[in-house]
Amino acid sequence: MQKDLELELYQSMYRMRAAERAIQQEYPNNQMKTPMHMSIGEEGIVAGICTALKEKAKFYGTYRSHALYLAVTEETDGFFAELYGKVTGPAGGKAGSMHLASPDHNLIMTSAVVGTTIPVAVGGAFREKYMNTDKIAVVFFGDGAVDEGVFWESLNLACLWKLPVLFVCEDNGLAIHTPTSVRRGYDSLGKIARQYNCLVYDSFEQTDVLTIHAMAKKAYAEIQRFRMPALAIIPYYRYLEHVGVNEDFDVGYRSCDEFEQWLAKDPIALLRRRLINQNQENAVVSIEDAVNKQIFISVQKAKDAPFPRPEELYRGVYGE
Amino acid sequence: MSKRIITYAQAINEALRQEMERDSSVFVYGLDVADHKGINGTTSGLAEKFPGRCLSTPLSEEALMGFGLGAAINGLRPVNVHIRVEFLLVAFNQLVNMLASARYGSNGKLSVPIVIRVLIGRGWGQGFQHSKSLQSIFAHIPGLKVIMPATPYDAKGMLIAAIRDDNPVICMEHRFLFWQEGEVPFEPYTVPLGKCSILRSGSDVTIVASSWSCVDALDAAKVLERKHNILAELINVRTIAPFDDATVNQSVRKTGHCIVVDSDWTHCGFSAEVAARVQEDCFGSLRSPVTRIGFAPTHCPTTRPMEDLYYPNAETIIRVTEKKLGLKPADLSDEKFHNYENKFKGPF
Repeated sequence: MQKDLELELYQSMYRMRAAERAIQQEYPNNQMKTPMHMSIGEEGIVAGICTALKEKAKFYGTYRSHALYLAVTEETDGFFAELYGKVTGPAGGKAGSMHLASPDHNLIMTSAVVGTTIPVAVGGAFREKYMNTDKIAVVFFGDGAVDEGVFWESLNLACLWKLPVLFVCEDNGLAIHTPTSVRRGYDSLGKIARQYNCLVYDSFEQTDVLTIHAMAKKAYAEIQRFRMPALAIIPYYRYLEHVGVNEDFDVGYRSCDEFEQWLAKDPIALLRRRLINQNQENAVVSIEDAVNKQIFISVQKAKDAPFPRPEELYRGVYGE
Repeated sequence: MSKRIITYAQAINEALRQEMERDSSVFVYGLDVADHKGINGTTSGLAEKFPGRCLSTPLSEEALMGFGLGAAINGLRPVNVHIRVEFLLVAFNQLVNMLASARYGSNGKLSVPIVIRVLIGRGWGQGFQHSKSLQSIFAHIPGLKVIMPATPYDAKGMLIAAIRDDNPVICMEHRFLFWQEGEVPFEPYTVPLGKCSILRSGSDVTIVASSWSCVDALDAAKVLERKHNILAELINVRTIAPFDDATVNQSVRKTGHCIVVDSDWTHCGFSAEVAARVQEDCFGSLRSPVTRIGFAPTHCPTTRPMEDLYYPNAETIIRVTEKKLGLKPADLSDEKFHNYENKFKGPF
């Protein structure tokens, strides 16, 4: 069982990394005309949480949504089609990279204005409580979103009305290029959050997927048991530039040394090593081969798919 | 259907109560909706009758707008109430960036059945932060519907239609209208969104009016008939977005004259939109340029003499019509028009 879980998590994370490596290769061809906010470095967080809470949660995210989309949907055809602006994408090309979502898979919404899906998730959680279901809402956002008033408004509302929501702060220490040290008039988000009537999970030092997976299981149980929301604060490192598919260590706002320290605890490399040590090399390689093949085919399908027809421009502004 | 005379506020309250009875996914929330005043009586009694479904909230307009979106796309039908349009501006980010485009951005997979009720307009001495209307700002955004019921009958029927609509609908309610009385059926009914009504038929001039301006325009039309034998056709626009320009254009082709009275500023306002559409469609029929009437292009002052200068009224409409049609100004010294001091009582 544990072995199956580890392989499942590895497949999930490897899919994200391989898909984004494919984007890095293809993007310079200028056929994916959508700003890319890459997830590389973040995989352990979404893979751990989404795998743990599949069927138990509805998910909300940000414009840095590639990994989240892949974790929840486990598919790459629609993913690449959306990036190529094709009609076969989950939003028929209208959403692109910054609004990747699939309500059919319970990835309800992602958004390109910082902090905006946080209250939406709280409303989603209200619906679950209102309808007396056992589902929770899970919303991912960066540390920059914590600078927005709407984060605090949403946290307060969820605590006040005891709503089943897991807030996940993916803390890469940067809002675009500005570090938390020049943005915050306080030391610890976790410390402040403990003054609210919510659960706080903030003892992470890396994005070890098994640790995060276990936290998500525990959070779900405690949200239900204590009837209160939870906040997880998980530090990670953004390997690439804020937007775009390249590294940016040459521009000087952060050092390559820092990156190398994080790379040494890269969640995908860590889990791969662990699986190899457990004599799972064959299973690992077979996952990697299958995923690489899947992505190759998805990219081809996306390139071959048609663009939306002109009349699509007006469809979906209003419902009937 | 059984009809009786009730106020605009009672009509709204009845619409909410009947829709909450009909559909358990409808709930009401906003600042002070469950307090003893109940938003001018429009939400009174709902919290007691529907436990957990009429919720007073923290003062967090932006989060609560996003909250409504989250509830709506997951299958509930929220009614979010704002006692001033100025407070709704705090939620503008969510409204414009999130609610308006949620359906489009999901290629139609998400549906956003939310109603945003907002009180607008004048009240004596309310000043520059408690008296705006701003309907054109909301109507500018694709994906939002903007309605402005002007009669108790419309208030109930349009609000019910809005609650049953699968799009975000902003229902703008002028605070002067709350005391207005009119015939309203007891049974639930809908008034279709996106259709004007003709409050008074005429052949000499078309007056297009929104919200409270309908009251001023009706007063003016009666005086114009009595003093000048001028028959004004009065169109209540009812819905700003989508706008039923066909009804307006048809009337202007008949009368050849068009005056637009909108409870808002004119610059880039709804009145400018009406004027543009009328000249595009009726250029050959127009016998005078389209005239617009709205707030003075300044901020709303608090002191009464200046506040009176800021707002157009029935007399403004009469004088504009007289000038347009080349008539001598009538003596209006004996006329009594509706205003805050003699709160509007009469049925339409």
